[in-house]
Order: sequence, then C-alpha cells, then structure tokens
Amino acid sequence: MSYCKQEGKDRIIFVTKEDHEAPSNAELIEDDPNDPYEDHGLILPNGDINWNCPCLGGMASGPCGQQFKDAFSCFHYSKEEVKGSDCVENFRSMQECMQKYPELYPQEDDNDSAPSGGADNAPTASTSTDSLPTSSPDSTPAATENPAAS
Amino acid sequence: MFKCKAVWNKLAPLVRASSTLCLQNARKSVLRHGRRLEMVQKAQMSSGPAGGGGENTLYYVLVGATCLGTGVYAYRTVSGDKERYNERMIDLVNRPKQGPRAAEAVTEVVAGSKEAPLESIPELSLEPVKSEPVEEPTLTEAPVEEPLVTEAVVEFTESEPVTEPLVEASIPEPTVETLVTESVVEASVPESIIEVSVTEPVAEAPAVTQSEEPLASVVESETEPTPVIITAHVPEASPVSESAAVSEPAPAAEPVESTAAHSDVPEHAPYLLIGGGTASFAAARSIRARDPGARVLIVTEESELPYMRPPLSKELWFSDDPKATETLSFKQWNGKERSIYFQPPSFYVSPTDLAKVENGGVAVLTGRKVVHMDVRENKVKLSDGAEISYEKCLIATGGVPRNLQVIDRAGEEVMKRTTLFRKIEDFRSLEKISREVKSITIIGGGFLGSELACALGRRSTDLGLEVIQMFPEKGNMGKVLPEYLSNWTTEKVRKEGVNIIMDAVVKNVSYKNDKLEIKLKDGRLIETDHVVAAVGLEPSVELAKSAGLEVDSDFGGYRVNAELQARSNIWVAGDAACFYDIKLGRRRVEHHDHAVVSGRLAGENMTGASKPYWHQSMFWSDLGPDVGYEAIGIVDSSLPTVGVFAKATAKDTPKAATEQSGTGIRSESETEAVAVTLKAETTAPPPPVQQKEDYGKGVVFYLRDNVVVGIVLWNVFNRMPIARKIIKDGEQHADLNEVAKLFNIHED
Repeated sequence: MSYCKQEGKDRIIFVTKEDHEAPSNAELIEDDPNDPYEDHGLILPNGDINWNCPCLGGMASGPCGQQFKDAFSCFHYSKEEVKGSDCVENFRSMQECMQKYPELYPQEDDNDSAPSGGADNAPTASTSTDSLPTSSPDSTPAATENPAAS
Repeated sequence: MFKCKAVWNKLAPLVRASSTLCLQNARKSVLRHGRRLEMVQKAQMSSGPAGGGGENTLYYVLVGATCLGTGVYAYRTVSGDKERYNERMIDLVNRPKQGPRAAEAVTEVVAGSKEAPLESIPELSLEPVKSEPVEEPTLTEAPVEEPLVTEAVVEFTESEPVTEPLVEASIPEPTVETLVTESVVEASVPESIIEVSVTEPVAEAPAVTQSEEPLASVVESETEPTPVIITAHVPEASPVSESAAVSEPAPAAEPVESTAAHSDVPEHAPYLLIGGGTASFAAARSIRARDPGARVLIVTEESELPYMRPPLSKELWFSDDPKATETLSFKQWNGKERSIYFQPPSFYVSPTDLAKVENGGVAVLTGRKVVHMDVRENKVKLSDGAEISYEKCLIATGGVPRNLQVIDRAGEEVMKRTTLFRKIEDFRSLEKISREVKSITIIGGGFLGSELACALGRRSTDLGLEVIQMFPEKGNMGKVLPEYLSNWTTEKVRKEGVNIIMDAVVKNVSYKNDKLEIKLKDGRLIETDHVVAAVGLEPSVELAKSAGLEVDSDFGGYRVNAELQARSNIWVAGDAACFYDIKLGRRRVEHHDHAVVSGRLAGENMTGASKPYWHQSMFWSDLGPDVGYEAIGIVDSSLPTVGVFAKATAKDTPKAATEQSGTGIRSESETEAVAVTLKAETTAPPPPVQQKEDYGKGVVFYLRDNVVVGIVLWNVFNRMPIARKIIKDGEQHADLNEVAKLFNIHED
C-alpha cells in the first residue's frame, strides 16, 4: 500500500495505482470562457480567428502572412456547402506566394489545414518557440474548460 | 599696434607741447616781427630781419634748440620702442611653442597627415619652413583671423610641437607667418570631415603677406586649450586636404556625421525591438499576427538571426550528426529535425527594404548595439552613431553570464581557459575544446551547469575526457528540487560519467604548469584544463540610465508592471524583465518558455491588448536524453513541498529512471507487507528496506502559505495544463494527494 514520510519540511507520499483509482475530490474553480485575460485557442470566444495562436506557428506573420489570413478567413466564414469552395482564389494566391519561399513553406505541407502547416513550421517540440505542449491549451479550444474532466 | 599707440600717446603730449611752444614762439616772434617789420620797413633798417638785435637771436636760438631737442627726443623714443616691440614679439612667439610641447595632447591624426601638409609647405615661399623636419606641421591651428574662419570650427591638436622647429629657425617673423598661414588655410569649402586641421598650409601665398597683426591673434589662438571640432573644411586647391581628410578621425572627437556608414539603418521603425533573442522574436511574431502589415525592426548586438537557446546545452550535444555544430540542427522529441534558428533568413526582410515592402515584415539589424535611449523624443542611438526613431519599443536585451570574482581577478591565462556559456559561439568553442583537452570543470550546479555536465559526461568515455562539476550546494539543482530529489539527480549525473564535488566554494583559480588549479575553501585542490562557469545571469540594464527606467533591486532587471510596460510606448520582456505576476507576485524568470510567453504578451500589448501576465510559463530540464522533468510556477527548494510518487511496480518502468538499480523492485515487494494508509499522518519509518527510494514518476507541489505556487512534474509528461490550472486557481487544498490524482501519474 501507499505510505508517506517526512524529510524535514518536505513530505513524500508514495501511492499505488489503486490508491489513485478513485476519482479526485479536489475542487477546481470553474473557468470563465469569456475571461479576457485567458489565452484562447485557435478560435476566439466571439468566433474570430486568433491569429496569434501558437498553433499557427509563423503562418500569419511571415512574408505570406497576408495571403494566408485572407485565405483562412475566407474559409472560416465560408457558408458554402463545401466549405471553402468559394475561396479558391485566395488559396491560389497564398500558394503562389508560398512557392516563392520554399525554405519557409516546404512543399510537402498539406496547405489545406492551416494548423498542421503551422505546426510544421513551428514544431510542437519541447524545443519549439511556443509553449511546450502546443497540443495543450492553445490549439484546443476546449482547453479553457475544466481540464480535470479528462 | 599697441606699441604704436603707446608710442603715440607718449609722443603726443610732447609733440603737442613742443608744437604749441613752437607755435607760440612763432606767433610771438611773427607778431613781433610783424610789427618790427613794419617798423623796419618804414625805417629801412640796414640789418636784415635777423639782425633785429641780440634778443631776437637769442629767441631764435632758444626756439630752435627746443624744437631740435623735441625732435631728437621723439625720434629716439620711437625707434627705441620699435626695437623693444620687436624683441617682445620674438619672445611671445617663442613662448607658445613650449606650451603645446608640454601638453602633448596628441592626436595621431596629425602624425599621419603630416606628410602631406608638409609637402605642401615648401610651396610656401618661406625658407625656414622648408628646412623644417616636417613630421610635425604646426598643429596648433586656430582660426587665424575671424574673417577667415567664418564657418569652420577647427579642431586642433595642439599637442604637436610642430612649430618648434620652425621657431628654431631664428627668423621670428617668417616663422610666425607660417603658423599663421597654416591656420589661415581654414576658411575653405567644407568637403569632408577633418578632425585636425593641420593640413591647411596650402593656399598660403596670400597668407604670407600677412603682417604682424595676425601674429597677435595666432598667439592667442595657440594658447587655446581645447580642440574644437571641425565641421568640415578643406582648402580647395590643396592636395593636402585629401590627405587630411584621409587621416583618421581623432579619437578625442567623434565624426559628426560619417558619410556612408549608416546607409542600411532605417531612420524610423514603427515597432522597434531591442535585442534579438527569444522574447524579441516572439514579440515580432505576435505584432505581425495582430497588426497586418506591421513593420518590425529587431536590433541585435549578436551577428546571428534570432535562435533558441535550450538546444545549445541539450539536443545539440546528443546529436549523432557530426555536422551539428555547423548546421545547428537537431532532432526533436517527435523525431523531426529542425534548426535552432526560429526562421530561415528568407523569412526576414532586409532593414533597408522594411519601409517599402508592401505588407510589412520583420527586419533584423545584426551587430549593432543600442547605447542610448531618448524617451522624450522616442528614439534610440546605436553604437555606430545611427539614430532610429520608433513608435513602440520593446527592450528584450536578456543578460550576460555572470562570472566568479576569483576568475575575473585571476588573470588572462585563466580567463583564456574559461567559458561563460550562453551563445552559439560559446557552444561551438566549448564543443571544440571538449575534443582537445583532457579535463573540463563546470562550476555551478543549476540548470545550465547540470545540463552541460550531463552532455559532456556522455562524451567523456568516447573522448577520454574527465568531467568535473562543482557547486556549493549539496546536490545538483539544490536550489530548485527538494533534497531527496536533488540527491537523486546528483546520482543520475554521476552515472553519466561526471565527477561531482559538492559543498565546493571556489576560493582561488590559478594557472600553473599549463593547467588550471582550483583551490576550494576547504582546502581541496582540483587540477583541470578548462573551466566552464555557469553561475547565473546578469540582466542587461544598460539602457536604464539614459532611458530613465527603473531597475529592480531585489531581482535585477527592468521593473515593469503586470502588463510588462515600463513606460508609455516601452515594454520589457524575457530575462531582463522584472514583472508583476498577479498570481505569484513580483518576479523575474530566466526560462525559455517565459521568454516566449512574455514576448508574445508584450507584442500583444504593443498592438493594443492591455493584457496582464496571466498564462503561466513553464520550464523543463533534461538530464541526459532519457530523463527529464517539467515544472511551472515558483519552484524554490526553500519552500515546503509535498511530493506524490508512483510506487514502482514490477511492470511500471518510467522511461529511464530505474534502469540502474533493482531497488525499485525490491522496495515494492517489501512494502507490500507494510500497511500504512495515506490518511494517517504517520511518521512511522518507511518499510525496513535501506535501499534508495526510487522516485520514478511523480508530482511535487511547492507551497507558500498552504497555496500551491509551483509544481514539478517528474517524468510525467503532457500534464502541464492541469498544473497550470492548479496554480491559476491559487486555492488552499486540504489534501494534496487528491490534487495529485488529477495528474494520473500511473498512466503514461
């Protein structure tokens, strides 16, 4: 079974898996989804795109940033049946721009989904420029909810 | 002039007197004679006018003698004065020559440019000049005459005792005249900047004709003590001027404006980021994301584009690629290769194009340091004199590695063999050294020291390298991890091949017999070839003075508010920022993720967001490629801690933690027999097994007033959001084991 010991001011508890099977009764505060201070994921509470999301990497800030923003915004707000089908022009000009910078936008990207493209540029590694687990709060909108729900 | 006046003054009364006398006499005699003449005329005297009797003769003689006497006196006085005057002039001319010679405030300019001017001197038809051993033309130029020196302010390096040889030439006047002439040259067209006007002697011909007058002014000017900066002037006709212009600027005076030096520096940058590290790059990206078409200029002292630092002490050392040091690429945790540079060069715009490029961009000005900041005028000055005005400015200057005082004072031989590790060049240099020397000692037991020790320790067997690590604490990361974990870590580092010396306070380092000898306070002596000092970072706050920004006395760095703002339009982020954390209080953090988070936040606030520091940054450390931990918040070993660890079971093998010992398994089997519940605040001794506890996986909470302010995730990954949430809540939890359940430490 588990046990506990004290070394001066430090307390150490050893627990077995069984000990931790029962759900936690620790109370966490409800997160306010409209908290203005909180970092949001890709989509802001008002529905806009968060261009500063680390998940996008350098896509919105690079030399083709403007084209990327236009294309992705168009896609995001597109109400067509096939979402984004009315944005072909935007995507084409974005692609043209990106072809001019093969070093920055390696062509094996699938440029359809921006986040993965962004992820390529700014690897989600522990050594990336963004917060360590970029898979965590920033890219998932659900992060602002109670993580204890996991 | 004065002499003349003096003379005149002296003479005047005499002359007047004598003339009056003469006149009076004359009048009298004329009058008398007039009457007499009339009378004589009437009487047809036999004797002529002169024969008017003995009285008349006497009068004539007296008057004549007086006049004669006066004349002689006057003449004597004048000529005597003239002589005296000349002598005095010579005296005066001699005296100033000694002055400059004594002063010797040299500006080598003169020396360099002498040759040319000297050549030109022969042009002057002044014999004494030609004979001079030219190398020092008269430097003590001063604006000879006011009219001549209209615009030019001349800088003179009086020190040149040039004029001496001239003086020796025992021809006072011509000598002086050369002086004059040289200085006269000034008045010409400003063509370029000349620090020292020496070279002027060219168009002398007219100057030669100068009379004594200029000499007087030269005298004054020669005694002028301070060099005055020449804005520009070069005598037109003189070849000398070219050489003068060529002569290097006097060190004493800065060139007012060098012509083409600043052509690549933009004059204005809407967003100016000082410093080219992680925080700066994160801010640039944030600004560009939020302000479409933003033009961002990064000014950095380094010669590199922005890059990330952690791999310099971790991944780059573990890379199997032999070219890693050149390419600076490494393999990430997910297997993909990337470079330490945040973006390749094609991402950036060149500084000269920044103002023109259509959609804006980020430009990096390398190799330039900002030395002065004018907050009122919203502009900065660079080390090369260029000025850049801005609308919003970020200071992200980071810091420089601290050094031990004993090494600083130990002399050059020791300094040559010491590395202060921070930049790419330090990495390359240490990597090279590690292949060349036999023994390296790392002083410092914190993050950097331990990481480098592990990295070098790994190579030690292959390279035949002895790696020693010494620090004053009892174990690695002694100031961060609670003692039991610190001990565990120390063991781990030892297993990487590092010889660890604890409780080591360095008293003295000296260079003996081609080796460095480190003497500790307790008397131990360590011999090594090279030292790496990893004893902390000194934040760079040099701009605080000129910008009038506050520096924090407790933590160091620029003091900023919760929104990272120092003053209107000035923000600070990264290692140099001492900011107010709403949850955890005022602090200064020196970690990579903090640089990213604070840089991003500063960028947001620079584009109008007004958000405080809210998203808590984290940090991590790797002890070799197999073991690592992540942490968040205030992780200070002096705080009380509660650690919850997974008891190791037979099948539960955390990534690399228990490889080295069977202790885990042993402890597990033995503890089965002991039924100690968690709830019981038991101080009962742990199971009667003396093997070391195995801290394979777990969570450690750091408490301040019973509130969790810091968390270490020990070999559990991808749980950072939970940890972040707990710190953000700032609640007092009765049972931290319940909180630990949230982390699911038993899962992978």
